[in-house]
Amino acid sequence: MRLTIKDLTQTFGTTRVLDKLSLETGSVHALVLVGPSGGGKSTLLRILAGLDTPTCGTVTFDDTVLQPNEASLRLYRRSVGTVFQSYNLFPHLSARENLILPLVHVHGLSREEALSRVEEPLKRFHLYEHASKRPAELSGGQNQRIAILRAMIVKPKRLFLDEPTSALDPEMTAEVLDMIESLKESGTDFVLVTHAMNFARRVADEIAFIGDGRALAHGPANLVFENPENPRVATFFEQVLR
Amino acid sequence: MFFARFLGVTAGTTHLHSCKLSKTLYAMNMSRSFAHIIVATVVTILLIVACFQVPGDWNWSGVWEYRQKFISGWLMTLGLSLAALVLSVAIGLIVALFLAARNPLVEATGRIYVELIRGTPLLVQLLLGFYVVANAVGLENRFVVGTLVLAAFSGAYMAEIFRGGLNAIPKTQRDSARAIGLTRWQSFRLVVLPQAVRLVLPAIAGQLVSLIKDSSLLSVIAISELTLNAQEVNSFTYSTLESYVPLAIGYLMLTLPLSATARWLEASFRYER
Repeated sequence: MRLTIKDLTQTFGTTRVLDKLSLETGSVHALVLVGPSGGGKSTLLRILAGLDTPTCGTVTFDDTVLQPNEASLRLYRRSVGTVFQSYNLFPHLSARENLILPLVHVHGLSREEALSRVEEPLKRFHLYEHASKRPAELSGGQNQRIAILRAMIVKPKRLFLDEPTSALDPEMTAEVLDMIESLKESGTDFVLVTHAMNFARRVADEIAFIGDGRALAHGPANLVFENPENPRVATFFEQVLR
Repeated sequence: MFFARFLGVTAGTTHLHSCKLSKTLYAMNMSRSFAHIIVATVVTILLIVACFQVPGDWNWSGVWEYRQKFISGWLMTLGLSLAALVLSVAIGLIVALFLAARNPLVEATGRIYVELIRGTPLLVQLLLGFYVVANAVGLENRFVVGTLVLAAFSGAYMAEIFRGGLNAIPKTQRDSARAIGLTRWQSFRLVVLPQAVRLVLPAIAGQLVSLIKDSSLLSVIAISELTLNAQEVNSFTYSTLESYVPLAIGYLMLTLPLSATARWLEASFRYER
């Protein structure tokens, strides 16, 4: 994917969360957004995922410009996948029912087709024996892996992941990160917001540092981590990588 | 001994370990439904004893003559309640959607409906509804008017219950529904409503029980439901208690199964540990 963002501004009341943010990536498979809390990463990701419309500015993926109206954004959302920090599975449905819901109600598969499509991925990610359980009976890591599967099962053009491991303990974090890494190997493009810096470095084709509502640094992972020109970025990495 | 078994207390513990006994009594391993039966039996016996304390002779034979009136009244109450019950849930859901609407005019319509209905007595609504509104629109069937007024009345309370339940579903659930591409209506039907229903079930069951009892007010527009018929039997036989005891039992025969169904539904909708 090739992402171009121009003068993106998002204001909530009087707070300006994104302030004329501009960014132009090369052709990448994994773009990772890092930066301080409250810097605008998640707000940016929600706009990229078509969940919010910006106050002004444009977002272009490859040659497609995101149109800021609900009808075309809904079509757009059907073509991509989004994973949230707090998994957001539907608690009244079993893991398997969570997976087939978008297939049946959004993508028009029959129930049987949907059920057979989820079998193989459930097995591949070692979730098969948990498929009949509801989210309250699963661990945080299992829930998040189901949530990632739910986003992947519709074969999206790309995936957006908003701090997918921030609510998890280290062991579960590892199992979720492994899954994301295997997605990358299977050729899925994604945009990831994360605080897991070592993982970001390993998986990212490009990294953008979002702070104060702008892209303060951007480029290949090694360049951003090792030679940050911006002093704000340098201080941040000094503190989190210590 | 037989009873002690039932209560989960063995003879040995009664004698030797009095500490253990008191602990056992707190957490007796008898089933809940058996406990219900015990308490219900005790209450019934106490009520019967109280009835026998009433001075004067009981005259059941007079009331027995009119048993057909109780049966037809009970069936009328059952029919009216069932119709109003279904209708009031529908009204409650629709008005709850009005209350949650983004359009301020729609929201205001819902709000004023709820406040008008909740702010006035059902008795007044029945009289005005039947003698003024129904007359004006040429609706003459008192059963239809009665059912509509009762459903409208209960629906206002239901609307507030549903609104509370819908508000209790976190915004992240709607986000998640939008993220997978559901429309607003699909998100409501497939994600929000099933979760809200579980939350509001106990309150809705209470409101439905109220509705059944409130149907007794339909007697004021001369619908021969259970209460009106019991009053008539009373005036024919001058046997007040003998007319009103079957009346109370008649309502319990409607409300208790409803409560039991609600509790069963609640258990089957439970999805958290």
